Amino acid sequence: MSVLTREEAQSLIEEVLEVYPEESKKDRLKHLTVNDPSITQSKKCITSNRKSLPGVMTIRGCAYAGSKGVVWGPIKDMIHISHGPVGCGQYSRAGRRNYYVGYTGVNAFGTMNFTSDFQERDVVFGGDKKLEKIVHECEALFPLMKGMSVQSECPIGLIGDDIEAVARKTSAAINKPVIPVRCEGFRGVSQSLGHHIANDAIRDWVLENRKDKMRETGPYDVAVIGDYNIGGDAWASRILLEEMGLNVVAQWSGDGTLAEMENTPAVKLNLIHCYRSMNYISRHMEAKYGIPWMEYNFFGPTKIAESLRKIAEQFDDKIKEGAEKVIAKYTPIMEGIIGKYRPRLEGKKVMLYVGGLRPRHVIGAYEDLGMEVVGTGYEFGHNDDYDRTIKEMGDSTLIYDDVTGYEFEKFVEKVQPDLVGSGIKEKYIFQKMGIPFRQMHSWDYSGPYHGYDGFAIFARDMDMTINNPCWDSFKAPWK
Amino acid sequence: MANNSVDDIKPCFPLFGEPEYRENMKNKQDKYEERESMEKLEETFQWTTSAEYKELNFQREAVTINPAKACQPLGAVLCSLGFKGTLPYVHGSQGCVAYFRTYFNRHFKEPVACVSDSMTEDAAVFGGHKNMDAGLKNALALYKPEMIAVSTTCMAEVIGDDLHSFITNAKVKGHVPQDLPVPSAHTPSFVGSHTTGWDGMLEGIIRYFTLDKHESAVVGSNGKINLVPGFETYLGNYRILKRYMEEMDVPYTLLSDPSEVLDTPADGEYRMYVGGTELEDVKDTPNAIDTLLLQPWSLTKTKKYLKDTWQQPISEINPPMGLKWTDEYLMKVSQLSGKPIPASIELERGRLVDMMTDSHSWLHGKRFSLYGDPDFVMGLTNFLLELGAEPVHVMSNNANKRWGKAMSKILKSSPYGQETEVHVGTDLWHFRSLVFDRKPDFMIGNSYGKFIQRDTKHKGLEHEVKLIRLGFPIFDRHHLHRMTTLGYEGAMYILTTLVNAVLEDLDSKTTGYGETDYNYDLVR
Ligand code: SF4
Ligand code: SF4
Repeated sequence: MSVLTREEAQSLIEEVLEVYPEESKKDRLKHLTVNDPSITQSKKCITSNRKSLPGVMTIRGCAYAGSKGVVWGPIKDMIHISHGPVGCGQYSRAGRRNYYVGYTGVNAFGTMNFTSDFQERDVVFGGDKKLEKIVHECEALFPLMKGMSVQSECPIGLIGDDIEAVARKTSAAINKPVIPVRCEGFRGVSQSLGHHIANDAIRDWVLENRKDKMRETGPYDVAVIGDYNIGGDAWASRILLEEMGLNVVAQWSGDGTLAEMENTPAVKLNLIHCYRSMNYISRHMEAKYGIPWMEYNFFGPTKIAESLRKIAEQFDDKIKEGAEKVIAKYTPIMEGIIGKYRPRLEGKKVMLYVGGLRPRHVIGAYEDLGMEVVGTGYEFGHNDDYDRTIKEMGDSTLIYDDVTGYEFEKFVEKVQPDLVGSGIKEKYIFQKMGIPFRQMHSWDYSGPYHGYDGFAIFARDMDMTINNPCWDSFKAPWK
Repeated sequence: MANNSVDDIKPCFPLFGEPEYRENMKNKQDKYEERESMEKLEETFQWTTSAEYKELNFQREAVTINPAKACQPLGAVLCSLGFKGTLPYVHGSQGCVAYFRTYFNRHFKEPVACVSDSMTEDAAVFGGHKNMDAGLKNALALYKPEMIAVSTTCMAEVIGDDLHSFITNAKVKGHVPQDLPVPSAHTPSFVGSHTTGWDGMLEGIIRYFTLDKHESAVVGSNGKINLVPGFETYLGNYRILKRYMEEMDVPYTLLSDPSEVLDTPADGEYRMYVGGTELEDVKDTPNAIDTLLLQPWSLTKTKKYLKDTWQQPISEINPPMGLKWTDEYLMKVSQLSGKPIPASIELERGRLVDMMTDSHSWLHGKRFSLYGDPDFVMGLTNFLLELGAEPVHVMSNNANKRWGKAMSKILKSSPYGQETEVHVGTDLWHFRSLVFDRKPDFMIGNSYGKFIQRDTKHKGLEHEVKLIRLGFPIFDRHHLHRMTTLGYEGAMYILTTLVNAVLEDLDSKTTGYGETDYNYDLVR
């Protein structure tokens, strides 16, 4: 049940777009739709992965954010240089809560910020020499690092630097991988192309590194792909996979290491959580090494059980039994959680606007708590994401692609959900409007939300935010 | 029980400390990560804390590690937010704007409105002219600003877009009305830092409104004093600047005042524009008695413009931080305006001095290492010297050599600054080596220092250098950005923060039950 009828929802979209200049209105109309779950191909109703309109306060970031911030940054035992001016690296330092354990500054570097801090002369004369020196300085100061990646910021591609040549030369000199990544922020239309470019760099500069010296594989070796270990998500996931009898030999890329990536071509199955950011490399490994891949969803007990069974089906009875054991062990615990929180959350309406997988993946977890997602959308989704989303969403709910700040505010104002789940840029706007809000990128400094342990925290967090007394105090009593 | 259950729901900490998770992580490390032995890690860690490492670390010429600065457009956005009805607009890549907003959201815990014109690959080839046309038009239609303040990302700068002509053309073509104020500033991120970006944007705004007015200006005719705060992130500082002027009954214009828009109430309404410097007041600024630049080391562009075009004296002034520099500031305002410093402010001063006498025995001789923006660090150092505290290392990543010299001069003139090292242009990885090398009692700086605290603690409790959070950004403590660090009131806050950090620390070291029963005192 949606809060609006189809007609109401459609006229809401039109009403909100009223203020746009004509050309912009036309463009935005293609990105907004009222859901019809019977449609099988989203391209019939929504356009995605196009340029954002200038001047509209898009919530999107850039390719650099997709590569350094999402894919590469969490690989903990490598040094990732933010190559270019100081800003991008500073703003993205340690903000995503990609947890890892290690000796930071010794064999792990995840919360550090390495930058070439471009000055005018570097722009004028090029930064290749500086980059070369940086590699050697890092090798001298951090001898235990396993390799480096060069995360290009906007100027690099514009001034014609040859970072590939520098990478080859320095890599030979220090005898470790040095990986050039052409993720300049002006490429593409969002973080998304950055994911793709980052995946391609892994394909070209990492996966072949071991060829014949790959570690031995067992029949139950799997890799977790597209889990960034935000708040420890990947840990709460791997523990279940291992409990059912699998070996998680690689984590891409939260708490991940170069060795794990290099050894991945020997696994039996790639398990993808965030399809958007890492489907490319999974498809590549399928084509090149014959490794099958499958998507799974570890949000909420319904989807977790479904996923565990689906994963187990790829293996023998031992694993299938393992999966059933895991499900049987956790089911009563989950019933306890739902027993407590569902009555407090039943019927509450949620609007989401997030990144890679969450606009659809978390729907089931909300439903486990009796809540309903009445609007959702992707910052940088493609139509294959929307194909998957249409089925998950109820009839006549709102779907918005690359929503502008303006539209999102208007939608929320009108729909009046009980909770908005989005990012930090939206958080304070909606809180001031009196709408309970959870950051669904960083888990609002909580987490993990994946796995059974994660669902307990998810339920607790949604309850604490929706039912906190602060929302009742907005009006001064004398008013 | 290890797993989360309805009676015991544990988030990351302490969940991952449970034996099952520890074992799982250890298994991962041992089998798949190819990580070095613990002995090797420990040995290497110890080496990174050594004098030998420090030397190697200071030989670096190319890589910056953990910088203590950000890029120019960030400053431009903060400056723009402080004008009435103003929408900050960044010409260039959209990714940067996502970052600027996020960075401020995390610090202020407030919404931050800012648009970009989303230049992509085609704009890199053909220039961002079209983006500017459409961007201004859309921004105006959606957000109805009274002013759009334009700055740039590095992309637009590298390809050499000409802001001025783009804006002029957009107006000529009717994308925005002729009379909509659209001041601009080039803010390449490969020059300067966030503090100079603030300066550039202010210069752009002043220039826009006063270029044709400064010649007809009659200095002093409006009886006001202009105050320029610079890249200022303590909301209390805007408020105290205003309060002092009001208490002194001196008319003033605060040039950029985001203290309202960055501190709106939760009452059911989201306000995108509120408060801020009136645009009419900006036009009137050349008629003021004088303009005081309160972050003199960062406001060089504004200063040059004012000195070259306005007839005002642009009196030199130190940042009004600590006792004496606040005294000087107030006396300057008094001298310029002819208004006496009122008893209320003198009373406040007296209270500060009273606090200094009360706390001196805990602060005298205490050793602090500090880092941050140039004017902040200089003001804070000066106050530390007034307290009898001893700065050990004073560092600014985004200061220049002249600042270093001036800083050294201040230190040398005090008995407490004789041993202080001044570092310019170095980063927080350098700073880490510094505090291992000569251990201070505390370090003072923004949230990034917490990683250094952790490292020093790992070397051993006796090496731990605790972080006192003063500066920008502060992401990991709540609401500190609302405090005040300028004026007597600001000095009171700083002093209170410092002395209680000292006392907390003493407590933490004397809680040994049956062991350190001495000096764990009720009375201090
Ligand atoms: S791209 Fe340039 S302007 Fe943008 S954040 Fe990075 S350094 Fe700053
Ligand atoms: S758009 Fe360019 S300058 Fe901006 S953050 Fe991304 S890479 Fe950096």
